[in-house]
Amino acid sequence: MTAQTPATQTPAAQGGQRILYDGVNLSFGAHHVLHDITLEIPGGQTTCIIGPSGSGKSTLLRCTNLMERPQTGRILIGGDEITAKGTDIDRLRRRVGMVFQHFHLFSHLDVMENVTLALRKVLGLGREEAEARAMAQLEAVGLGGFERRRPADLSGGQQQRVAIARSLAMEPQVMLFDEATSALDPELVKGVLELMTGLAKTGMTMVVVTHEMRFARSVAGQVVFMDKGRIVEQAEPDRMFDRPESPRLQHFLDQVL
Amino acid sequence: MFDGLIKIQQTFFDPHEIAEVLPQLILTGLPNTILLAILASLIGLACALVVAVGLSARARWLRGVCRAYVDILRGLPHILTIYIIGQGLPLAGLALFGNNTYAYAAFAIGLIESAYMAEILRAGLQSVEKGQIEAARSLGMSPAKCFVYIILPQGIRRVLPPLTGQFILVIKGTALVFLLGLTTSQREIFSIAQDAAINNANLSPLTAAGIFYLLLTVPMTYAVNAWERRMGVQSKRVGGDD
Repeated sequence: MTAQTPATQTPAAQGGQRILYDGVNLSFGAHHVLHDITLEIPGGQTTCIIGPSGSGKSTLLRCTNLMERPQTGRILIGGDEITAKGTDIDRLRRRVGMVFQHFHLFSHLDVMENVTLALRKVLGLGREEAEARAMAQLEAVGLGGFERRRPADLSGGQQQRVAIARSLAMEPQVMLFDEATSALDPELVKGVLELMTGLAKTGMTMVVVTHEMRFARSVAGQVVFMDKGRIVEQAEPDRMFDRPESPRLQHFLDQVL
Repeated sequence: MFDGLIKIQQTFFDPHEIAEVLPQLILTGLPNTILLAILASLIGLACALVVAVGLSARARWLRGVCRAYVDILRGLPHILTIYIIGQGLPLAGLALFGNNTYAYAAFAIGLIESAYMAEILRAGLQSVEKGQIEAARSLGMSPAKCFVYIILPQGIRRVLPPLTGQFILVIKGTALVFLLGLTTSQREIFSIAQDAAINNANLSPLTAAGIFYLLLTVPMTYAVNAWERRMGVQSKRVGGDD
């Protein structure tokens, strides 16, 4: 159960892809989920988004790889406006990895196939090359020897680590984590967080929606607090947690800490 | 009491009658039935897949068209559908397959079965968790690749048992081909047995035919079950019920 530093050390990840949200609005019917979000995510570091449920933080994350499409506003990744018309969504998503709360492994495939599927069918790698790359990632997430297991035979923590390996194998420039530890049993959370910490240290640009305040404090370069579809506060972690300015953030921190 | 049993034996299990029809059943009937069943199954599965996707399409008109297709083909008596397609199409000038009775029969049976299979497949395809589809899309897979590599394999595996039942119906359904008129060499198991039964005023050939149908369908069921077990789907039909 040792989570080492993930194998992704690509130049792209080192370069750090800045993400910019510029006046992003999104409504589901009458429900205004994102309210004029303007935010800069610096490249090469981790930004944690915290806030009560229903605050729009997951939706904002899902806009970053266009799983949701903002109605107005722009989003830029590394200078490319992804919200522009004619963006090749599939090409964009190769650059932006995503890890989900409920892992979402492909249940009909074994661990190795889960990691290699997109390598082969999206990137067009041959079997050997794909498996070599997958193997390196699986070992990096501490799951060497699990290649032929099925997702259903793994613990939640192991499944999430496979999901992370699956994303990292695509060598993305940005990683999005959508409450990656919320569905895990408490004793399994630590391993996944250690893995994410290791990944953050490689200089990967990460956006992490989380309820793990200790993780946010120790790993994040900046923390963003959202409530009711708006960014209420954004600051370095120490300032954020030690000297919250708005009453809403104070109230939220009182609830969770 | 014994009289009755003897009469049943003479009517249904006359070894002489069965022996007489057996060579024809094996040499002509069996290959024809298998050929017809495979053709009809392939046509049925292909059409069903298209209709199943249409049934869960976002466009309302497309859903409507597919729904009507399923309702009509499931609602009509199979015999009528076979007449409409086998005799109606050529009469209407749509002689798609020339005079080939077999092709019309396979086509008709395939279409009938596709309506049932489409509903089964739709349930299977829709049972694949949205999250897995999102995960695949988030890795840069196109909707088409996502369908081929994620949705289809899981969707089909989850409905294998009812689908197998449908294939059994196809095999039995091939008996209806006689409606379209067959030459001697074209006859399948049931036609041969039926002709022999009428000629000899004895039902034993039909019993023999029944045994052949069982020899086809029962091993198929077991083979599919074994294959399903090997795929290991039974232990983890995750979210398959929603």
